[in-house]
Amino acid sequence: MYNGKYIIPGLIVFLGLITFPFWYNIVAGAPYAKAKLPLPADQKECIEKAEFMRAEHMQILDEWRDKVVRDGARIYTASNGKQWAISLQNTCMKCHANKVEFCDKCHLQNSVSPYCWTCHLEPKGNQ
Amino acid sequence: MNNCRRKFLKIAGLSALGLGVKPALDLLTVPDAHALMPPDAYKPDAKGLKAKHWGMVIDTSKFDKPEKFEKVIQACHNTHNVPEIPGKQEVKWLWTDEFKATFPDNEQHYIPDKVESRKFLLLCNHCENPACVRVCPTKATFKREDGIVMMDMHRCIGCRFCMAACPYGARSFNFGEPRPYLKYENPEYPTRMRGVVEKCTFCTERLALGKMPYCAEASGGAILFGDLNDAKSEVRKALKENFTIRRKVALGTSPSVYYII
Amino acid sequence: MLEKALNGKPSYWLWLILLMLLAGPGLTAYLFQVTLGLKITGMSRDVSWGLYIAQFTYLVGVAASAVMLVLPYYFHHYKAFRKMIILGEFMAIASVSMCLMFILADLGQPQRAMNVILHPTLNSILFWDMIVLNGYLFLNMVVGWVTLQAEKNDVPPPSWIKFFVYLSIIWAFSIHTVTAFLYAGLPGRHYWLTAIMAARFLSSAFCSGPAILLLLAFLLKKVAKFDAGTDAIKALAKIITYAMCVNVFFFLLEVFTAFYSQIPGHMHPLVYLFAGVDGFNQWTGFMCTAAVLAFLSLALLIPPKLRDNHELLPWTLGILVIATWIDKGIGLLVGGFTPNPFERITEYAPTIPEILIALAIYSIGAMILTVLWKVAITIKKEMGTA
Repeated sequence: MYNGKYIIPGLIVFLGLITFPFWYNIVAGAPYAKAKLPLPADQKECIEKAEFMRAEHMQILDEWRDKVVRDGARIYTASNGKQWAISLQNTCMKCHANKVEFCDKCHLQNSVSPYCWTCHLEPKGNQ
Repeated sequence: MNNCRRKFLKIAGLSALGLGVKPALDLLTVPDAHALMPPDAYKPDAKGLKAKHWGMVIDTSKFDKPEKFEKVIQACHNTHNVPEIPGKQEVKWLWTDEFKATFPDNEQHYIPDKVESRKFLLLCNHCENPACVRVCPTKATFKREDGIVMMDMHRCIGCRFCMAACPYGARSFNFGEPRPYLKYENPEYPTRMRGVVEKCTFCTERLALGKMPYCAEASGGAILFGDLNDAKSEVRKALKENFTIRRKVALGTSPSVYYII
Repeated sequence: MLEKALNGKPSYWLWLILLMLLAGPGLTAYLFQVTLGLKITGMSRDVSWGLYIAQFTYLVGVAASAVMLVLPYYFHHYKAFRKMIILGEFMAIASVSMCLMFILADLGQPQRAMNVILHPTLNSILFWDMIVLNGYLFLNMVVGWVTLQAEKNDVPPPSWIKFFVYLSIIWAFSIHTVTAFLYAGLPGRHYWLTAIMAARFLSSAFCSGPAILLLLAFLLKKVAKFDAGTDAIKALAKIITYAMCVNVFFFLLEVFTAFYSQIPGHMHPLVYLFAGVDGFNQWTGFMCTAAVLAFLSLALLIPPKLRDNHELLPWTLGILVIATWIDKGIGLLVGGFTPNPFERITEYAPTIPEILIALAIYSIGAMILTVLWKVAITIKKEMGTA
């Protein structure tokens, strides 16, 4: 290869730089600590299991907002048969009333900024 | 060599297209193909009021004092977190104006004093043939089965085509963030953010819980709200007993808000 | 072929740098608009569309004007346009790009722009506008690029390009018609509710677009030593003359309908624009100037001696562009929204940030045009077809 003695090492350096986000944490041993979230005091269960909610709450909310606004369907029947009023402000945030401690903790850590609360008011109280 | 590469790229491109056919067809034909929950997990609230065609009759003579207007407008604007923005970029769902601005195509030369001095309530007319719904490129504003012209704030791209189309000036755009202009935040209803259009929605969130719209409730009977399709409803009774007019009827939008003069 | 744009005289680079500098303040202003909202513009609840949509409307016309070259050249084999045709197609690309940028700049939630594609609404004219604008952009890119490539390789263009050429001719008419339908189908806006809106758009486009093209062709003669050919210029000037005659005639038709019928809704916007109403008269100077300039441009275009005077023609074309721009680039929008649905006047004037953003988009469009024309002219010069 013409200029091979510069190109091959150059390629290796490039690959190293481009994969930096993937290997740095493993090598430097900085553990990703799952944020400890304060749970609501009164309710024991969310609408679905915590594992499911952690993975799917974005999908659920996306589906919910279309169901309420566009289809007028305001009652959600969970997999355990319990019925809930579909509302971020009045159902979800009633239990998870402390946005900073509950919602923002994971979102900030994962560099996610959902803009739900630009419109949906967060409860003023702490829990 | 060149020819081989071209051939390879052509075949690769066609294969990619071919592989995409089934997923695309699935998305288009299978309803809720990527929905998370089964469709029967969702249903409307049993308490909800149902109608074939929601409509409103406003008895304008009953609004004889400014406080009566204040009451209904505050009831609507406060609960729905409608900002109070001074100037020409204002947002309003329900407001008042004089006869010739409310009914400009009904220019009356010798108008009785009692009508000339009267103020009228203006709001979205929830037309049967709404121009705003016709023009919305994303169906962010859409007509429900019960006749209400609804707003989907999640989908609105803020193109303001609906504002150009509405012949009644019923729609407001959030030119900036509305929250600084809210005197009081109702924690049970969202606000809006900059860049979306808003208007009266005939209080769908109240109807869903079996209650009347805020303005109708606060009007003490001056605003009647009901099913125009139901011959026995309050609104139909009022229409049978009183001569009413609607705004700009010649345009063919067929408003659902009737005014008893 | 894009590499041809990388070699240029110092004046070429200086021009590009100047354009970038011009775009800078506007792009900064746009950052403010995205974070603060459209409140930094002069638009209001009553005048909800303004400078951005007006520029988009004007540029749609400029984009479609490429058809005034394509139709004679490809359909009627009018060979005189041979050198100019690629310029017209590339100008269409730059214009449509600017149209799309203006639409995006006007959106309240630009990050949701994909909603128009994710939730197609066939009854919405804005949906069809998105389709036809992007389609026209694609068509001009394909036709322009393939024909230029063929010229570079000294071969006739492939026969399948004919299909896209003919499609682009029909498509050019469609982008106008659909954009005109944005206005002409709205029940509450008397200034816009006219059956000849699409026809007026076409006539305005077919004079203003080629006029801009011709002005730029004169400029190219000076800066790039590229001569489009006297026959081509003469023919295009004739087309512009006819189109401007029709454009002015159509406007006078509107005036007749409004004032002979004496219907207030039809008269009020015209009265507001040209004479003012209740003391609101900020646009009367502009509109009357546009009227005077329109007639003046006709007086300088219709007589063949004046039209063929290529020292005078650039000035005439400049006057025509100003007149048509005032009519379509601001008069159309203001007249549609004033008076408002309550028969009151809310005046609109663009703010400085709004103007800066518009300037930035024009600069970016000019950059696209410069690069594309540099490629085309370089290749033509190399091949000896310049």
